[in-house]
Amino acid sequence: MIETKTRTLVANYSDLQVRSGYSVKMNDEEVALFKVTNGKVYGIENRSPHPKGGVLTEGLVSGEYVFCPVYDWKISLVDGKVQAPDEGQVKTYQVEVEADNVYIII
Amino acid sequence: MKKLVMIGNGMAGVRTIEEILKLSPNQFEITIFGQEPHPNYNRIKLSNILQGDTSFEEIIINPLNWYKENNIQLFTGEAVTKIDIAAKKVISDQGREVEYDDLIIATGSNSFILPIPGADKIGVTGFRDIKDCEMMIKSAENYKKAVVIGGGLLGLEAARGLLNLGMQVDVVHLIPSLMERQLDPIASSLLKTELESQGMRFLMEKETVEIIGDERVAGLRFKDGSFARADLVVMAIGIKSNTMVAKESGIYVNRGIVVNDFMETSAPNVYAVGECAEHREIVYGLVAPLYEQGKILAERICGKEAAPYEGSVTGTQLKVAGVDLYSAGEIFEDGTTKSIMVYNEYEGIYKRVLVRDNRIVGIVLYGDTKDSTRLFRMLSKKEDITGISIFESQCSAEGGSGDIASMPNDELVCGCNGVTKGAIVEVIKTQGLTTLDQVSHCTNAGRSCGRCKPMVNDILAYTLGDQFDASAAQKTSICGCTTISREELVAEIKEKGLTSLKEVMNVLEWNNEEGCTKCRPAINYYLGMIHMDEYKDDRDSRLVNEKMHANIQKDGTYSVVPRMYGGVTTAADLKKIAEVAEKYEVPLVKLTGGQRIGLFGVKKEDLPSMWEELDMPSGYAYGKTLRTVKTCVGAQFCRYGTQDSMSLGIELEKKFERLDTPHKVKMGVSACPRNCSEAGIKDIGFVGIDGGWEIYVAGNGGVDLRAGDLLATVKTEADVMEMTGAYLQYYRETANYLERTSKWVERVGLEHVKEVLANAETRKELNERMDQTLKKYIEPWNEAIESEEIKDKYYTKHTVKAGE
Repeated sequence: MIETKTRTLVANYSDLQVRSGYSVKMNDEEVALFKVTNGKVYGIENRSPHPKGGVLTEGLVSGEYVFCPVYDWKISLVDGKVQAPDEGQVKTYQVEVEADNVYIII
Repeated sequence: MKKLVMIGNGMAGVRTIEEILKLSPNQFEITIFGQEPHPNYNRIKLSNILQGDTSFEEIIINPLNWYKENNIQLFTGEAVTKIDIAAKKVISDQGREVEYDDLIIATGSNSFILPIPGADKIGVTGFRDIKDCEMMIKSAENYKKAVVIGGGLLGLEAARGLLNLGMQVDVVHLIPSLMERQLDPIASSLLKTELESQGMRFLMEKETVEIIGDERVAGLRFKDGSFARADLVVMAIGIKSNTMVAKESGIYVNRGIVVNDFMETSAPNVYAVGECAEHREIVYGLVAPLYEQGKILAERICGKEAAPYEGSVTGTQLKVAGVDLYSAGEIFEDGTTKSIMVYNEYEGIYKRVLVRDNRIVGIVLYGDTKDSTRLFRMLSKKEDITGISIFESQCSAEGGSGDIASMPNDELVCGCNGVTKGAIVEVIKTQGLTTLDQVSHCTNAGRSCGRCKPMVNDILAYTLGDQFDASAAQKTSICGCTTISREELVAEIKEKGLTSLKEVMNVLEWNNEEGCTKCRPAINYYLGMIHMDEYKDDRDSRLVNEKMHANIQKDGTYSVVPRMYGGVTTAADLKKIAEVAEKYEVPLVKLTGGQRIGLFGVKKEDLPSMWEELDMPSGYAYGKTLRTVKTCVGAQFCRYGTQDSMSLGIELEKKFERLDTPHKVKMGVSACPRNCSEAGIKDIGFVGIDGGWEIYVAGNGGVDLRAGDLLATVKTEADVMEMTGAYLQYYRETANYLERTSKWVERVGLEHVKEVLANAETRKELNERMDQTLKKYIEPWNEAIESEEIKDKYYTKHTVKAGE
């Protein structure tokens, strides 16, 4: 089976503020984009894997991690994994930056 | 939702609930009945309380907050007296009836009290719960002579505690050697000698037949006719499963409530777990097997495929009065066993391993237990020991990190929480941890009985190698990013003149360059407090509510609560609020606890325009700052009012609004001692009396319910403002970040605060610093309305369609 991938322009790189979340709603999915201090951009599902949920865009960013603003879980922006002692994983999205354009590939 | 009811609120039961919440947080409506008037606490640590090493607060495992957060209905001080199995409901001693779909019995056990004449006299107790502990501590204040019946672990711990409390202690034991279920005669006699040198007296091979005295105990009589004097008698001879409610409700009970491999009792949908349960004819009394049972029960109740519980092989790590002991498996030779022994009488070390058919079947270690986890693994895995050296750390107390190196990664370090050496080494390496406290936070290791802490420390030392700093490792640091404490941080900021978060983390060598949710808000606060008006607040280091100037709700929406000074409003303002609520289709409009109106369920992107249309200041219902000043109607209208409470409340709120404080601060002003504004449970409460005001401090109406203490009585409103400013500033300068005033006053002492504030010069200086600080604040909602940058960064939601 051939899978088709879509590349969607979601933001301008220069609009993204360092260490601050940027939420993008694409169809039914909500993605949280984060530009971290080293300039890289990551995209993860904008919902904490905590059983009671919570958005992640407003979370505090430290290095390549974001802390869930509601229950304080520490989540890796790179692989979506929740750090010990909590457990879980959020969906990650492939992000591409070209010139000033930020794309999400689904 | 299914209804889950639990009888009992102890360690095994609540751990089971924790496991259930982890597996399936929304499946059950949970109700817990606890006979004791407390939340779940760590019973293992009762002896530490008795010995004066810790306080009751510190041994609470699940504070009342936890029950609230997880929507658990908790009835404390209430016992269930009947289970109606047919109707599927329980009935409490207060006549309350609660229906269940599933019922867990976790009633634990009681101290076994000898059925002898006089056992009901005043001054006779078991050693089982905090009440027993408190009774013993109280007795030690008035009486001198204690007798502990029972030379097992619990009895010896109680005896040690009573010695610490300054009592003379005799320990009565029925047979010739102490702790005979865990120790062989050699280890037992070493222990006895050690304890005798600490001042304990032993009455061995004595059977108590009567307790004598009038109302209160005066002594004990033994079977051989001898006699011992006693003002306090502690019975620590064992536990008895608490099975009464099960038995009377027709559930099958033997020594405990009989359960199968899935913790199911003889009644449908009724389970038992913990010390009240009997599994394959064994009632366990140690925490690790009980937690194992809890895990299996949780899986069963949540409908997950669960592996059956097949019983536990237990090793016990014990610490009695500073002596390390370890025991597992068989204790006595039986002709088919051979012993391997190390005996160093000089250093007080004794180790013995019992071997049958080349396999370890029993372990006793005294004085040095470093080999315990390795030997226990060999025992439980039935490893062939041919050619293996049994004792690696040989005969010296200096075991060191040699054993850590040879310890396999899957070896269990913390038996209570199931944490392996590998898991600990990994978090140390990947998260750059350097203190014991940090490792405990990341892995849970050492958070139950705490006996594995020395080993966790050894693993830390081994993993860090040269980087290990022994004294630093023991400290309570601000968070996992650093080893420094609050006091050190504040001193360093002042001394080195640090002015930004980045500088603090750089200069003080944070191991995590950009900090975390614990240290960043704290440093931001301390910098703002120290540098008063010069410091530029770092908005992105504030927690979400303060960053957004709105309270985040669990679904990601926010609430808007405008300021209503002193709870006083106008018809015009109410109209505005009503119009905005209608226009933005606000799902909930509610009066808050602080006398104002909250609009709940607001979308993030609607916040700035709602604020603009309201045109009212932020009520800071979300901040670590002054929340509200609650007032009664007062002398303006009320026939009882002696003072103008509304105008004082408004003046206070206008002066101190927006001020950053270590934690939230609430105030209340009442015009007379009837106290309609509940000033007695506020951080600062003012009560009008004829010709003046009483100022109460450190009240709390929340989790730690506490009545305020009278700080001062003053004459005029100007005096009130002066005293309040000084008090608040002193709190700002000396409290830990996130420490409420009630906790802070208890920590530093009310008398100390009074002394500081008694000095007029000190009060003046504090007020000057307060006034300097207050100058810097601007209204945050207005700021957001006027700044495109803020609106764009914090309050915008972006929508794109895939493929466009």
